Amino acid sequence: MINASNSNSENKVYYLDYQATTPCDPRVVEKMIPHFLENFGNPHSRNHAYGWKAEDAIEVARAQIAHLIGAGPKEIVFTSGATESNNLALKGVAQFYKETKNHIITTVTEHKCVLDTCRHLEEQGFEVTYLPVQKSGLIDLNELRQAITDKTVLVSILAVHNEIGVIQPLKEIGAICRERGVFFHTDAAQAAGKIPLNVEDMNIDLMSITGHKLYGPKGIGALYVRRRPRVRVLAQINGGGQERGMRSGTLPTPLCVGFGEACAIAEREMEKDNKHLKELHDRFMKTIFSSLTDIYLNGDAHMRYPGNINISFAFVEGEGLMMGLKDLAISSGSACTSASLEPSYVLRALGVGEDLAHTSLRIGFGRFTTIEEVDYAANRIISEVTRLREMSPLWEMAQEGIDITQIKWAEH
Amino acid sequence: MTEHIYLDFNASTPLRPSVMKAMTEAMQHFGNPSSIHKFGRAARSLLDSARDVLAALFKVEPVQIIFTSGGTEANNMVIKAAKDSIILMSAMEHESVDRSAQQAVKIPVLDTGIIDLEALKKLLSHYAGDKVLVSVMLANNETGVIQPVREIATVARQHGAKVHCDAVTAFTKIPFTYSELGVDYLSVSAHKIGGPKGCGALVVPLTEQLPALLHGGGQEKGHRAGTENILGIVGFAKAVEDSSNDNWEQVESYRNLLEDLILSEHQGVPIYGRQSQRLPNTCYMGMPGIATQTQLLAFDLEGFAVSSGSACSSGKVAPSHVLKAMGYDDGSATEAIRVSLGWTTTKEQMENFARAWLTLYKRYNGNE
Repeated sequence: MINASNSNSENKVYYLDYQATTPCDPRVVEKMIPHFLENFGNPHSRNHAYGWKAEDAIEVARAQIAHLIGAGPKEIVFTSGATESNNLALKGVAQFYKETKNHIITTVTEHKCVLDTCRHLEEQGFEVTYLPVQKSGLIDLNELRQAITDKTVLVSILAVHNEIGVIQPLKEIGAICRERGVFFHTDAAQAAGKIPLNVEDMNIDLMSITGHKLYGPKGIGALYVRRRPRVRVLAQINGGGQERGMRSGTLPTPLCVGFGEACAIAEREMEKDNKHLKELHDRFMKTIFSSLTDIYLNGDAHMRYPGNINISFAFVEGEGLMMGLKDLAISSGSACTSASLEPSYVLRALGVGEDLAHTSLRIGFGRFTTIEEVDYAANRIISEVTRLREMSPLWEMAQEGIDITQIKWAEH
Repeated sequence: MTEHIYLDFNASTPLRPSVMKAMTEAMQHFGNPSSIHKFGRAARSLLDSARDVLAALFKVEPVQIIFTSGGTEANNMVIKAAKDSIILMSAMEHESVDRSAQQAVKIPVLDTGIIDLEALKKLLSHYAGDKVLVSVMLANNETGVIQPVREIATVARQHGAKVHCDAVTAFTKIPFTYSELGVDYLSVSAHKIGGPKGCGALVVPLTEQLPALLHGGGQEKGHRAGTENILGIVGFAKAVEDSSNDNWEQVESYRNLLEDLILSEHQGVPIYGRQSQRLPNTCYMGMPGIATQTQLLAFDLEGFAVSSGSACSSGKVAPSHVLKAMGYDDGSATEAIRVSLGWTTTKEQMENFARAWLTLYKRYNGNE
């Protein structure tokens, strides 16, 4: 169905990087095409049928997105993607309420765009607390409680982690925030359509979502903004006043439609998708952990999304491992930073040592991943790790019982 | 809908078939261009090729092209980055320029629809010594009047000001390069030229790092974070390429035909900016005594999609700020409609529209 493996090519590459992006579901594409071709009117043209028709299609999509997270359609603001949604949530809230409050709480392991936005807000004079995470990757709720002050306006915490797949205790965080009168924003780019989310149950006030992480198109996302009790955001992109003034710019009708359909499918098939992913996850883990020693799953073993497996392999050299696995499209960090060879700031925050952080792989499964692909990947990783370890003097020493952390290397 | 005739190309345009084809082909490359594996590299290569197409058209280096979610975002980037500058903008700029500035000094507009260059010079002298950004559109979206951007830029730069040009409406309808305009920043959008919605670009100077509006993963050389809208960008580049086949002289002759058919029966019908150099596709005209809203409803019933002006916000038909800037009173400003043609417009459609216009005018005047 999905040609996610470049099978035409002689060098077949298996796509196992569903956290970086997902292929568009063919059913989504099918919905989008007519809107590219026939429904080309400007959805904000109020004077003719071309405009009305485009607007109608967008409103259907808005309702589909809202329904997935238990929100109302009027609480959905379309954006160009999760990065823009996160920017709008953080800057929008901080700037709107700056006369009374100036403090934001987030975590050290947030996505780059939240951290970068927070740094920008710090430059503008806002205070930001970066909560540490536990070894599991989860936050300590007591630390959150203690960090909230009467100046705190917003808590922003990633729902499902892009790099290690852990799921934060959203409901508990939401309850704490509501009790203390602080807005709760969650970056749910990796969570929406993957795990059940309900803005009412979880007391979520703002939520970022994106199309291309849930089998929809790139270039479209949304920010959920609670209406009751009302959350206000200062627009970051001004102009024609679209999206009730919160985000100006002509909406891309086909992308909105595709995003909406992707949400509807995800909602309908979440159970099926997760059953499939759990099966792949368990199979992969069993194969890898029964064949290799000295490997470590990063992040909590239970509070996690099964489509994301992040493992560190001791006694192999990270770059060599990636080079040896060119037939697997996997990641050694989040896509935004994976071109750099810096060890992941996320793994370091978990207390993973530099050596193990350097040899981590993120293997991402999704709706279109097959058992054959999982088996192939597991076997390739096992044989490559084994091969590299056979060449490694450190591995040899470890096998002889030498604790290499205790060795005092002579300087040359 | 098929019986409708679409004459609102300045609001948005039908997607070119070649663009659809290019996007369909690109769909198989779904990777994230920031990923280093084969899927990521394939997407990256599409992105690079598209950037090259725009760079070649504007005759700039590829790194000077920043892809955005559209013209609005591109305009916001420039105006918001200039928050410590005095912003001089014309009184007829698009809302995405106008409303991005917390404060702006308006450059008056002449009744010809052209920015008052002498007034600009005075303003520049007045603010000599200050950091100044001048923002002017290349052609107005309502009247289609082409602005003397090169002259404006030359004068502004003599005063040490930076210059932004919103070229969204003019893009591909008249030829220009970045250096011909002589500006620092240039905004364009895909869906006004037969490309997809949700994609635009900003051209920036080679040596300047414009502060980002969206912070995050460092995409677009740190200018604009967010996973790139690959399909949109591919479609945008294809639309640019395909637009070189457009015959704007022919479009202009159809536009002129419409105006001649109407003026030959009613000499007094105002066609705004007609004495000035205009885009070949735009006609902004009043129907004396008949409110814009009434005209729009009547034309929609007759099967013509036209507009009151810019297609944004609330849908309220407010008096055109462009006409007000040109010195027309509220009366004129509430009787105008914009007819904007495109590469698919035919002579017959124009004849039909002229007939419908004349009929409507007669019907209302007959009742008087």
